[in-house]
Amino acid sequence: MTKREAKPLRGPVPRHKEDDQVVYIDNNSAPRIIFSGTDLLCEDLPIGTRVIYAKPPIEGLANPGAAIRYAINHPLDSEPLYAQLSPGMRVTIAVDDISLPLPPMTTPDIRQTMLEILIEILDANGVDDVHIIIALGSAHRRMTPAEMKRMAGKKIYDAFYPDRYYNLDAEDPDGFVPLGKTAQGEPVNISRRCVESDLVIYLNVTLVPMDGGHKSVAVGLCDYESVRVHHEPDTIAACDSLMDPPRSMLATKLARMGAIVDQHMNVFHIETALNNRMFSSPLAFLGRNEDEFSEFDRLKAETLRLALSKMPEVAKRKMFNAIPAPYQLIACFAGKADPVHERIVAKLNEQYLVKVKGQSDIVIFPIPFISPYNVNSILNPILLQVMALGYFHHFYRGQPVLRKGGALILCHPCYDDFDPEYHPSYIEFFNRLLPETRDSHQLRAKYEEEFARNPSYVEMYRRGYAYHGTHPFFMWYWGEAGRQHVGKVIAAGAKNAHVPATLGWDRAESLTEAIAMARSFVGPSASMTLMKWPPIVMADVE
Amino acid sequence: MTPCISLPGGLWSIVSVVIYGAFPDMAAAAFYDLDGTLCRTNLVHAFAYNARNQQGLWRSVTRMASTLASIPLFLAADSFNRRLFNDIFFRRYRGESEDRLRYLAQELFDTVVRPSIFPGAYELIDKSRRLGLRQVLVTGALDLTAGPLVRHLGLDDSVTNRLEFVDGKATGRLLPPVMAAATKASWVRTYAEKEGLNLTECYSYSDSMSDLPMLSVVGHPTAVNPDFRLRNTALQHDWPILDLR
Repeated sequence: MTKREAKPLRGPVPRHKEDDQVVYIDNNSAPRIIFSGTDLLCEDLPIGTRVIYAKPPIEGLANPGAAIRYAINHPLDSEPLYAQLSPGMRVTIAVDDISLPLPPMTTPDIRQTMLEILIEILDANGVDDVHIIIALGSAHRRMTPAEMKRMAGKKIYDAFYPDRYYNLDAEDPDGFVPLGKTAQGEPVNISRRCVESDLVIYLNVTLVPMDGGHKSVAVGLCDYESVRVHHEPDTIAACDSLMDPPRSMLATKLARMGAIVDQHMNVFHIETALNNRMFSSPLAFLGRNEDEFSEFDRLKAETLRLALSKMPEVAKRKMFNAIPAPYQLIACFAGKADPVHERIVAKLNEQYLVKVKGQSDIVIFPIPFISPYNVNSILNPILLQVMALGYFHHFYRGQPVLRKGGALILCHPCYDDFDPEYHPSYIEFFNRLLPETRDSHQLRAKYEEEFARNPSYVEMYRRGYAYHGTHPFFMWYWGEAGRQHVGKVIAAGAKNAHVPATLGWDRAESLTEAIAMARSFVGPSASMTLMKWPPIVMADVE
Repeated sequence: MTPCISLPGGLWSIVSVVIYGAFPDMAAAAFYDLDGTLCRTNLVHAFAYNARNQQGLWRSVTRMASTLASIPLFLAADSFNRRLFNDIFFRRYRGESEDRLRYLAQELFDTVVRPSIFPGAYELIDKSRRLGLRQVLVTGALDLTAGPLVRHLGLDDSVTNRLEFVDGKATGRLLPPVMAAATKASWVRTYAEKEGLNLTECYSYSDSMSDLPMLSVVGHPTAVNPDFRLRNTALQHDWPILDLR
């Protein structure tokens, strides 16, 4: 008689890990440390909850300067840079703006390293007509002189600012040249200085797979007319996901537009990938599994949590904005857009992708203090929305972590707080438009043009540091795929009722209450996953 | 407006309803304050220029000295009430010759006002005009001062303060309506009604708390180079704050 195999025990799921990044909560699990805006929550999650952690940072390249030089001298599908240079030619260097990386990295910024190397090469080859343009696209805010100096370093700043180192002005009436239209009728209008240059060198900091590639020039250096053909609800809804270029409608459209760019311009792309070392060593515990915390880590976590709970919001914001991330370069490639971006995306996937088995009925997103559009500013409700339903929802390959129609729990206080200098049009969008409709198509049809042409917003964008009047619309469209996918959004720990209500969400006093509400929506035996951001982790869902 | 086609009253009403139903968007306008909003100068600059250019050196010196000595009084009156300021300030014009003021107006514009127009003002007006908005100046400055500026900026309409002249000499009083504070708002409302403008679609721009009523009557108010009180108010009301300097 054969011995019967022992049946698995009923009851709590035994403590196990699928791997170091996928952990299940059991009886003995430590509470999880979860970001909620500028606060930290310490939460005991229900047994069986799956927690997905970021991979540890890939070790940075020992000599970033040498890696950049090697990439420039061994480009992909392109002549080496030095072979393309001749004295007297006109060169424009375009660089990503302050939205990348997040948070801003410790100095020297990788763009400073690249710029210093490039300027040296250009100098050595007798190229004097060099401009450095911050590729703001059609809607990002201008960078302040202090931010520009920090990004490029004093040497470059002193030599080039303000005449030859400046922000792109998407409202300059003579600043753009129409290069043509794609077969689908998408207009490609690019910065005049770049089009009229003999060579454009684009310096990318590719934080996530959505960035870089053809997006750099086709979005970073275009005007409103060009950007609105893909920054619209249907394109975003057709992305599965934004972070998976082969299945992203946005990437498809940008590839078409990039082909037009390549027909008319000589662009030399230099893309970099950074690791996910978002926290310096005193705060590195924030990215680790709480079960593996040392006593000192626990002490630090509890001290930080208590301190944050006592500090005023403004002080917390200042403090977090003052802590740069010690990112390190892990890859650099140069040459034509497609082969360069392909290799960079592969490297990013190696850093970010974590294999995950199956979707969940309930997913918890901790929303931290920062997004690409509130560096040195406030994460307002629209940006909170784009972080949750735009970026975090799209941090997957294969299928979303949350099943279609499931419940999404966001941890954030949902303050009704806007920065009137950086986000003036957001205020009107939130208070005037959203109470009327949350339908992206209606908003686009009825109001986008009005905000785009509003003289006050245009002037605040050109003369101050305001995001363009259209930016809140783009942020709302960015959440379209997420909005269509989720069945219910619950804001856990929201400090008011009207912000979640205006965004179309439910509110819960605490995470525990939010989980109970989610279970009553999807069923008591619902599976649950916590995505443990930050640092960035993307789920490769089978 | 009288319709060109003669129709019975009832029928015309029906036609009007159909027309307005088909074209619900009414026209709109942008209303601008002048001093501190579009240009750096103010009423005192204009007066000081006239004082400095009196006929005769002695007269110029005494008028200038008197003007300078009055500045604290002007500031105190303005901080208390714009109407009080107007009463005190425009009394200084008493006895000025209309001919001379008109003669100096273009010179005043060329030498003082034009260089002080904010660079961003041209662009703001241009963007606004491209939106199809009617460009209207609503200012407490005198017509003599504002006239050349209205022509220079190509504005469509304006309302200013006007001095009362008797026998070619200024009496030191203003002709009604005196443009200040709530009167500006009232004028804007009447103007919109008369011209068929939709105030919800209109814009107004000012730098001063005294123009709060004018800012409040339109759908798109903007504080431009605002003083401390207006900045705080704009922040409280979530109005855009613009710096044209």
